[in-house]
Amino acid sequence: MTNSRSAWIFAWALLAPAILYVLVIVAWPLVETFRLSFTDASLKKTVNWVGGANYAKIFNDTFLAVIVRTFTWTFFSVLLKMIIGTCGAVLLNSAVPGRHLFRILTMPPWIVPMAIGIFMWSWMYNGQFGMISGLLQRFGLTGGPVAFLAYGSTAYWATIVTDVWIGVPMVTIYFLAAIQSIPKDLYEAAWTDGASRWTRFRRITLPLMMPAVITMSMLSLIATFNSFDIIWILTRGGPSGQTTTMIIDTYNTAIGSKKYGEGSARAVVICIFLSLFCLAYFRVTRRLQTIGGRE
Amino acid sequence: MALFRDENTPMIDRYRWWEVAGIYAGIFAFLFFLLAPFLEGFLVSLRPLSQLFTSPYRFIPENGSFEAYSGVFERLPNFWRFVFNSFLISTAVTVAVLLLVVPAAYAFARFSFRGMAPVLGAFLAVSMFSGAVLLIPLFRLMRTLGLLNTYWAMIIPGVAFLIPSAIWLLRTYMMRIPVELNEAAYMDGASQFYTFRRVILPIASPGIVVVAIMTFIGAYSQQFVFALTFNSKTEYMPLPIGLFAFFGKQEVVWNQLMAAAFMGIAPAVIIIFFLQRYLVGGLTAGAVK
Repeated sequence: MTNSRSAWIFAWALLAPAILYVLVIVAWPLVETFRLSFTDASLKKTVNWVGGANYAKIFNDTFLAVIVRTFTWTFFSVLLKMIIGTCGAVLLNSAVPGRHLFRILTMPPWIVPMAIGIFMWSWMYNGQFGMISGLLQRFGLTGGPVAFLAYGSTAYWATIVTDVWIGVPMVTIYFLAAIQSIPKDLYEAAWTDGASRWTRFRRITLPLMMPAVITMSMLSLIATFNSFDIIWILTRGGPSGQTTTMIIDTYNTAIGSKKYGEGSARAVVICIFLSLFCLAYFRVTRRLQTIGGRE
Repeated sequence: MALFRDENTPMIDRYRWWEVAGIYAGIFAFLFFLLAPFLEGFLVSLRPLSQLFTSPYRFIPENGSFEAYSGVFERLPNFWRFVFNSFLISTAVTVAVLLLVVPAAYAFARFSFRGMAPVLGAFLAVSMFSGAVLLIPLFRLMRTLGLLNTYWAMIIPGVAFLIPSAIWLLRTYMMRIPVELNEAAYMDGASQFYTFRRVILPIASPGIVVVAIMTFIGAYSQQFVFALTFNSKTEYMPLPIGLFAFFGKQEVVWNQLMAAAFMGIAPAVIIIFFLQRYLVGGLTAGAVK
């Protein structure tokens, strides 16, 4: 039945609209970004071919610093998401009364429009009167008010914490599902043999949730690398460029200064990194599937 | 001494009192991190602006009121328009995604012709590129088509980036529908299209609902970068951009911003409480088996 010619036509006809859509809105812009990166496109009517000039121009110390910053920012954010997500999932998995309510209460940061959650954080970070600075002063941990978004190093960590806050609910729920799919008899067998709670976590939960952790950290890596809203709303890449990641940098060049050609060159560099992550992701998930014997 | 010791609790799930205390302390710390901004934001929305800027910091407001909530409408006569725009854009995106994804997911679930596996891989790769990376050509495309400063400029690009996860989720769901149904329909002389429309779609409708909800939430929460870049008309702004444009400028009127935020997220919060079962299912179905 599924081998007939009409089935072949039907299957591709079902796929055609989605394929066409993605070709026009994603694939073509990708190619176009690549093409524009070799031109001096701007608001002017004329577009000239400039060869590799844009690339020669952008590869300087500032841009390298932006790349390094993007990687460290992403690394710390993903690491914290994985650690907090694992702790959250283990806690929510424990058989205590109220756990269903706790699971629901985990979701708001993920479900609420991102920008609105970020507005709330921008108040939290307010130096004079925000909650964090306020509580720190109350407990005498800092001498005076701390304006978190006004200094490079605190703004860097503040944007990471907000990114973690937005990412944790999804990671937690995903890990929780992974933990719950671990067969119960493993725990019962270990318990019968006198294994402590910690040993059961260390020897059963952790190894068996590892595929989920790896998959999620790769997905999270890609999403975090692309993160735009948080930094844009909180700091716009400031103060003095201390939270400028590659995406923010590209946006400022292309949309802020209308240098489409140079912006495209910066976007191409991002695309190269993303493609590498993407390849790594497919590789890793394929390997995980062969190990786990999943479909 | 163990807590919760009754007939029904399995031995393995019994905790010592200090274990229970530790678990609750951990859960409360975890939830405090996730919910503190909402709590603080809500308390700020209840305070008069003058009281907001007082030292030392106090958590609980004195003589709080809902004044800021009515103040929002004076400052932002367009407030409901923003909320409406958010809903309109998300709904349009969701409908478009479903129209494209339902047939495609069925094709991926039921047929395996040469070339389909790479296409599925390509779809997944799409989700790796955020809209922000492709803004330059998209901006030029929208400008050429004359769509800048219209709803379309916020709807069309948004759809593309929500397609991959929707396909993945719905494909997983549809693979669970037995092939025998197709075979039976075929034996009865039903055409491929008739089978799809009359046999598969009704059975798949719960899965389609989950995908619709997930897509709507995605569209509702992520409408920032396209709206920021492709639209500058106040009357078309979705809520996040509207608030960003009006409050982000000089002196931020914090209590009203928070009040507006809470009125804006109320629909989303209501959705969580009614649909949280679908949400957990939707999030995990496509991923962990």
